[in-house]
Amino acid sequence: MHDNTLALTARALRAGDYSSLELTKHCLERIGRFDGTLNAFVSVTAEHALEQAAEADRRIAAGNATPLTGIPIAHKDIFCTAGIRTSCGSRMLDNFIAPYDATVVERLGAAGAVMLGKTNMDEFAMGSSNETSYYGAVLNPWDHDAVPGGSSGGSAAAVAARLVPGATGTDTGGSIRQPAALSGITGLKPTYGRVSRYGMIAFASSLDQAGTLTQTAEDAALLLEAMAGFDSRDSTSLDEPVPAYSKALDEPWADLTIGVPENFFDEGLDAGNAAAVNEALGELEKLGARRKSIRLDNVHLSVPAYYVVAPAEASSNLSRFDGVRYGYRSPEAMGDDLNGFYRRNRGEGFGAEVRRRILIGAWVLSTGYYDAYYLKAQKVRQLISNDFAKAFEAVDIVAGPTTPTPAFGLGQKTGDPVQMYLNDIYTIGANLAGLPAMSVPCGFSGGLPVGLQLIGPHLSEARLLRTAHRFQQASDWHARVPAGYG
Amino acid sequence: MQFEAVIGLEIHTQLATESKIFSGAATRYGAEPNSQACLVDLGYPGVLPVLNREAVLMAIRFGLATHCRIAERSVFARKNYFYPDLPKGYQISQYELPIVHGGYIDVICDDEIKRIGITRAHLEEDAGKSLHEDFQGMSGIDLNRAGTPLLEIVSEPDMRSAAEAGAYMRTIHTLVRYLGISDGNMQEGSYRCDANVSIRPRGATELGTRTELKNLNSFRFVEKAIEIEIDRQIDIVEGGGKVVQETRLYDADRGETRSMRGKEEAEDYRYFPDPDLLPVSIDSALVEELRAALPELPADKRERFMSEYGLSAYDADILTASRPLADYYEDCVGHTQATAKLAANWVIGDLTAALNRAGLEIGESRIGASELGTLLDRIESGAISGKIAKEVFEAVWSGEGGVDEIIERRGLKQISDSASLEALVDEVIAANPAQVQQYRDGKTQVLGFFVGQVMKASQGRANPRQVNEILRAKLGG
Repeated sequence: MHDNTLALTARALRAGDYSSLELTKHCLERIGRFDGTLNAFVSVTAEHALEQAAEADRRIAAGNATPLTGIPIAHKDIFCTAGIRTSCGSRMLDNFIAPYDATVVERLGAAGAVMLGKTNMDEFAMGSSNETSYYGAVLNPWDHDAVPGGSSGGSAAAVAARLVPGATGTDTGGSIRQPAALSGITGLKPTYGRVSRYGMIAFASSLDQAGTLTQTAEDAALLLEAMAGFDSRDSTSLDEPVPAYSKALDEPWADLTIGVPENFFDEGLDAGNAAAVNEALGELEKLGARRKSIRLDNVHLSVPAYYVVAPAEASSNLSRFDGVRYGYRSPEAMGDDLNGFYRRNRGEGFGAEVRRRILIGAWVLSTGYYDAYYLKAQKVRQLISNDFAKAFEAVDIVAGPTTPTPAFGLGQKTGDPVQMYLNDIYTIGANLAGLPAMSVPCGFSGGLPVGLQLIGPHLSEARLLRTAHRFQQASDWHARVPAGYG
Repeated sequence: MQFEAVIGLEIHTQLATESKIFSGAATRYGAEPNSQACLVDLGYPGVLPVLNREAVLMAIRFGLATHCRIAERSVFARKNYFYPDLPKGYQISQYELPIVHGGYIDVICDDEIKRIGITRAHLEEDAGKSLHEDFQGMSGIDLNRAGTPLLEIVSEPDMRSAAEAGAYMRTIHTLVRYLGISDGNMQEGSYRCDANVSIRPRGATELGTRTELKNLNSFRFVEKAIEIEIDRQIDIVEGGGKVVQETRLYDADRGETRSMRGKEEAEDYRYFPDPDLLPVSIDSALVEELRAALPELPADKRERFMSEYGLSAYDADILTASRPLADYYEDCVGHTQATAKLAANWVIGDLTAALNRAGLEIGESRIGASELGTLLDRIESGAISGKIAKEVFEAVWSGEGGVDEIIERRGLKQISDSASLEALVDEVIAANPAQVQQYRDGKTQVLGFFVGQVMKASQGRANPRQVNEILRAKLGG
């Protein structure tokens, strides 16, 4: 049951091969068996899941099910869930029970999906290894000494280990695609604004976007159909119709031209990753795509620009966590003056990486530095957007590696933030430009999964999904299951 | 040395929207603490602001009424600082690109028209309230006010005296109420201001170092605080010292301003564009639509009252101070044959006095505009005297009935037929032979005595003009 894709599971439930309740119990049993080691879940909501599954079975029987009715999923613990703890991987929100559902949670719930629990993540989505979580690191199912990537590491590991057929994630600089690549699954970050941010705890508002972690592109299409769409509660959500992504997967791809940025293959890219990605590009050519060399000249500036813009927004977004209305309040805070109250609550409630980024963000926004850092970074951001816009005049999709290396060892980069940040060198550009992007499994390097990244123009999710789907029909990298989790 | 003061005001006026500027919560004043604060106002994780279109329209209308340019594109920015009554840790405001800018308004001060530049007006959200009493040494937070829309109106440093600043603040106050964009209620904090004050030698063009006076919430306080501050600065300079740039607080009880924080303690607000909100785009069609729908503005109305009704500047000023008062006046004039001047006297005099005594607004008047018009008609036609009219007014005010009903029931109609009046005069002359003799001996001022006696005998109903004529004729004979 558990190794089925989401699409196959939907068919099985509809055919009555098994019930949602049986499947849900089975998944919960597997979470119980494996998650003590993996640590992919922060909260398992068994009781809630069983209720939803029973309701889904009634709905299927009544004949008014959607393709997602009865499908177990997991939400990254960044999405607010009514009555259920939403920690954002932080001590700050360890005691926070959201009074409302995020739009993503609401829409998937309305479609009949069954929430198994909330997945582990880097604290406030700040990290590329899932090691900054207050709830501890998540292990990579392919290698328990390696990280699963981050910040949506819990969702990635849970799907890779076949604990759940699909999970939600968020991607601010690569937080869906990078863990998908490192964990051997399919990750989709839609166009900025395609999915509502309402109820998603903000890291960097102009970059944050919710998306999916699944085994296949087809599964991503099914989830995105339900999640996407305009939401009047999010002023930045796009008021554009949502295509039937899953129906468009098999449409012909007339003359698809794939642009490959030469400079993505410069030094810094692991040889095994380069080989796997090149082989995948060759496979796409065999399927009829044309390959064209392009240059994204300013992409090397994406990491520095990102590490100004994202912390700037984060420093402001995280100001609300002050211990006044909710969240962590230090036992000693009430004995202090107002500044001491804030210092204790925030000093103890936030971890080191979050504190580092708040400091960077406050710094780049302060008088005398704003122009040199924040404004300059915004200009670079525009240059990077322009590079992509120019590229898309000549190509339909930009493709290359998702990450420079396969999964690295636990603790290997925690002492060197810059090395950690460089992990996102290929993914950040799509966030800065607001473009949709995917990572699909395309091989292995040193026994660990490698991801192929596909980036498209605004609102070209259907094209990306179709390309990935075509590739997955001709390959089986996405169907590989880590040893011990089959 | 002669000094002149240079003053600029920042007025914060609360916009009269039903709901908050970025959430659907109500803005009613005086509700139970924290009963009008939704998750957005409370700054919960994951919630997002959604701009209230009504607030934008109000700001544009203000801009149009003050000859400002309406920005095609304006941007909301975050002003970052920590305070317990600021739930998000930042206030959403506008910084580099305000919604309207570059206008002016004409203000009348000491019978002279003075043009005051308006640098800009921008939209922002208000913070909540910290309550420092009744919590055993702790502070209570009420977030009902958090997210209430404010329009911050920043003037050029164009005022030269406390009186000009007061006149400007009153003029803007009248305007925002005319436009219906604010109730201007100063007790509830809906209209308050900060003043930037500096002095310089008369004739100098360079600006002196300024101080900022915070949170002046009445016209009187603004004038008083500025006067005190100007004197303080002059004392410093004359004593050979230098004015320090700082923020000062006005203490009305002690009649002084005192330092709140210095320039070096000024916070760095780390403004940046709010990524949760799209830039506000305003097309010219909307602007023209709003321009066409603007009401007659106070200055235009005042001019018209003077030319159309022949009123003095003084009367026109008072009658146009609020739109409901002006509307009442015009309604009354439209319902009477009496002169517009008589109507002005009654509205400004007896009616205003009655309203003040009862603590009522013009909209709550116990005598309607057309009813007052009827009363004026009865005076004009001579049916009742001005003095009797006051009695009738009081009776209508206390709910005894309509004007004609009361005149009829109380028998107040003026006695104008000569036969009845002559009979009354004869009685009075007969009863006062000594005074008759005095009059005839040339002491004509006793005429007043006779008029009084006749009026008394008629219970005030005798037509005084006729009584005079008859008395003169009879006494003279």
